[in-house]
Amino acid sequence: MTLNDLHLIQARELAGKKKIILRCCMAAGCMSSGSANVKQRLEQAVAEAGLGQEVEVRGVGCLKLCCEGPLVQADPQEVLYIKVTPENAPTIVATLRGEPADLPQTDLNAPFFKRQLSVVLANSGVIDPERIEDYIAAEGYQALHEVLTEATPTEVVETMVRSGLRGRGGAGFSTGIKWGTVAKTPGSRKYVICNADEGDPGAFMDRSVLESDPHSVLEGMAIAAYAVGADQGFIYVRAEYPLAISRLQIAIKQAKQLGVLGSGIFESPFNFSIDIRIGAGAFVCGEETALMASVEGKRGTPRPRPPFPAESGLWGCPTLINNVETLANVPPIYRKGAAWFAGIGTEKSKGTKVFALAGRVKNTGLIEVPMGTTVRTIVEEMGGGATGGGHIKAVQTGGPSGGCIPLPHLDTPVDYESLGRLGSIMGSGGMIVMDDTTHMVDVARFFMEFCMDESCGKCVPCRTGTVQMHHLLCKIMARKATPRDLEKLQELCDMVKHTSLCGLGQTAPNPTLSTLRFFRHEYEALLQPDTFGPHRTADHASLPAAETTLLHLRQTYRARAVEATTRAAAETTTTPTTAK
Amino acid sequence: MKTRLATVWLGGCSGCHMSFLDLDEFLIDLIQQVDVVYSPVVDAKEYPEDVDVCLIEGAVCNEDHLEMVHRIRLRTDKVVAFGDCAVTGNVAAIRNQLGLGNHENVLQRAYVEAAQLNPRVPSEPGIVPPLLERVMPVHEVIHVDYHLPGCPPSAARIRTFLTQLLAGEEPRLTGEDIKFG
Amino acid sequence: MAAKTLTIDGRQVSAEEGATILQAAEEAGAKIPTLCHLDGIYDVGACRLCLVEVAGVPKLLPACTTKVAEGMDVRTDSERIRSYRRINFELLLAERNHICAVCVANGHCELQTLAYSLGVDHVRYDYRFPRWEVDTTHSLFGMDHNRCVLCSRCVRVCWHIEGAGTKNVAGRGAQSRIITDLNMPWKHADSCTSCGKCVQACPTGALFHKGSTVGEMERDRSKLEFIVTAREKGQWIAPD
Repeated sequence: MTLNDLHLIQARELAGKKKIILRCCMAAGCMSSGSANVKQRLEQAVAEAGLGQEVEVRGVGCLKLCCEGPLVQADPQEVLYIKVTPENAPTIVATLRGEPADLPQTDLNAPFFKRQLSVVLANSGVIDPERIEDYIAAEGYQALHEVLTEATPTEVVETMVRSGLRGRGGAGFSTGIKWGTVAKTPGSRKYVICNADEGDPGAFMDRSVLESDPHSVLEGMAIAAYAVGADQGFIYVRAEYPLAISRLQIAIKQAKQLGVLGSGIFESPFNFSIDIRIGAGAFVCGEETALMASVEGKRGTPRPRPPFPAESGLWGCPTLINNVETLANVPPIYRKGAAWFAGIGTEKSKGTKVFALAGRVKNTGLIEVPMGTTVRTIVEEMGGGATGGGHIKAVQTGGPSGGCIPLPHLDTPVDYESLGRLGSIMGSGGMIVMDDTTHMVDVARFFMEFCMDESCGKCVPCRTGTVQMHHLLCKIMARKATPRDLEKLQELCDMVKHTSLCGLGQTAPNPTLSTLRFFRHEYEALLQPDTFGPHRTADHASLPAAETTLLHLRQTYRARAVEATTRAAAETTTTPTTAK
Repeated sequence: MKTRLATVWLGGCSGCHMSFLDLDEFLIDLIQQVDVVYSPVVDAKEYPEDVDVCLIEGAVCNEDHLEMVHRIRLRTDKVVAFGDCAVTGNVAAIRNQLGLGNHENVLQRAYVEAAQLNPRVPSEPGIVPPLLERVMPVHEVIHVDYHLPGCPPSAARIRTFLTQLLAGEEPRLTGEDIKFG
Repeated sequence: MAAKTLTIDGRQVSAEEGATILQAAEEAGAKIPTLCHLDGIYDVGACRLCLVEVAGVPKLLPACTTKVAEGMDVRTDSERIRSYRRINFELLLAERNHICAVCVANGHCELQTLAYSLGVDHVRYDYRFPRWEVDTTHSLFGMDHNRCVLCSRCVRVCWHIEGAGTKNVAGRGAQSRIITDLNMPWKHADSCTSCGKCVQACPTGALFHKGSTVGEMERDRSKLEFIVTAREKGQWIAPD
């Protein structure tokens, strides 16, 4: 494989390109609403109409407006058909010959599309993710070639540092510095891992990237591997993403066949192969040390850091772990330059961020916006505001590790620092919109339940603390908690946050802390007076209330006792005793 | 004026009260300082008003206990959870492991399955109080000022505790003075 | 080996390079509470009781897995740490059924000793009262999951010292539990050599010798220490 070969494939693809392309979304969202059938019927309709020479029906990755799927986009007409049924196929094909048709379609000039800036998703919805030739036609693997033939690993790291890219998995650590650390750490064997264990409720960015453009991740991994000196990579992807796994398998196979993965890539001495490891459904395996334990075949539990994976990772070797979206950013950075990338976004948060927009908002789906775009722009302009005439109350980012951005803070720009200041996090990119039908204590309870179920059980604060916090939140929801319970909850949040072993526990209190910060009144409205608190400090005004409680208790017992007697009497008359 | 002391026996084995009686001659010193206004060992039917200190033995197991601890809280200055059952639920709370709603089965097991004579779940409304679904340590129901764990707390530790309390000091149990089981 | 000088609770101490804060503190006479740590086996930093403050580090660090460094300024005790340790311990006591009055390890239990030293006289959180089994199928030992604190010391002695690999952790979160072989009754765990090291390693009454009754389960940790250190001390070889 040489650069020439790449150009040859590119030229052949471009020359063979048909006049009209019907792009049919084949990502998991549209697939689940029947897009495979739509694609098949479109192909059939094209053949029946005798347009085989001019029209290509192409299965592509995510077309972004997931709530309106199945989606079909016609090029060059620039029409996006929504909620397409297989029966619509002949009509769509008929329109290609200029016949008018009344099919539901959406405005590609709407803010949902126009406000997007595609870097990571540039190929998403455009190329066929199952054909490496499509990726090559979109200048794929040229960055890898350039890096291998024209740059030293040190230069590659320097470029990454200059780009200002920060990890898209949640923590936002500088990717360049991370690469540099692994590159500098001596070791005869090094590894690159792609963390595709996306598990936040409501998040599907990484899945979409893998389903829509798997080669960009492979190319990103290969560039990273060259930079740090690794020759083996692993993609750790969760088993719940079968389509992503199958597309990765196809992509790896094709890349090996073409020689862009394997030994002596682009006739250089650089070897790199990638294997897939499938996660067994544990959320905690998204934590890097737990992920590595799982790759090694052990129980997926985190271990204390340091040592960081960069020093001692997989099987004790220096290991680079990057998230899917981070790696997908890599090829564009080397193709277009660090300066280009650093020109997008804010001072400290460069580039774009992909969000999975979900919840009580009109347009849900996948969006990619420059860092610094305000939350308001995303949910009100692009998302089209709340569904069903409701009012947006808060926007949740960062999933079970994040927090809520309340309405008054909706003008916050999305960048690592601004979200952090609000007690939320960028996270991996889940963005859940909540309207005024949502109870914020219930939101906190939901995320706490998630963390409680997903805690690995290794460290005490996370394993037992989440259980008690969840219990307290349930107690508050059931209107059985007192102000003392709320104090206990806050104390537990602080303790679990500061003493847990890994990120899961350290961030598990965040949704609770965030809702306590902005929606404390919702908690307080559910609290009961602490009538039976300390004697001297007890509120004297509540003493009559206490007597009432006692009276109520007594009446309840009486009623129950009468009920029990009646029941016992009924039982003795109808059934013989079950005594031995 | 003497300290008005009450001791209460809820869901426990009375071992803590036995241990209290093990104070032996200290009981004579004690009686100089306190009036025992309510206790299984004195003949008072109604829990009085304005009690200074109340030692509660036992967990909150039935509806009578529940009402009692509420009344104690309203009428008492310092409430002390006295012994492991009051502090943790202890043996009395083992039935909680059977799950909520199993309090009926507990009675079935004790009074029917295990009975040799006249197997019958006692049901005398107004006399036999119904069991709560879940046995609770006292502080889960009301605010408790001090905890004196132990099964039972030894007479020596009861003495240390009461001496501190009656001397007007804040009783502080640390290290050796805390003991479960 | 190079020595590192550091400060522990305001006192200058020196420790060997590669030593942990816990080891350095122990030599300096500072007592840091531990539960999942056991001399002779590797540390996992799971119980979080040994968290200490290190000047300049925003996070609390586990003393058992953090290596000493030159000039490190460590605080093993502060209001904040004490409060966290206490909460930690209360959470642990509320998690399963630790009923001291009817426990084989009563009076010889690390959990009790720690509770006393941390001043835990009651648990503020609602007890969970989960229902756990007791495995008494093995001819010599029993496993009472009600008393287990998941410190994984039994798992580590089983793998690291005995090399049998019988014990492991299964499940996650509050449902985590110690299993033998592939979650079989202990007597069917063929890999078990019945060496009893796990029983010696257990800090509570979870693992016990069959036949022991309340308060009878005493352990002899010196046996474990002997096995771990005998080779380097030359104790394997009979003296001339």
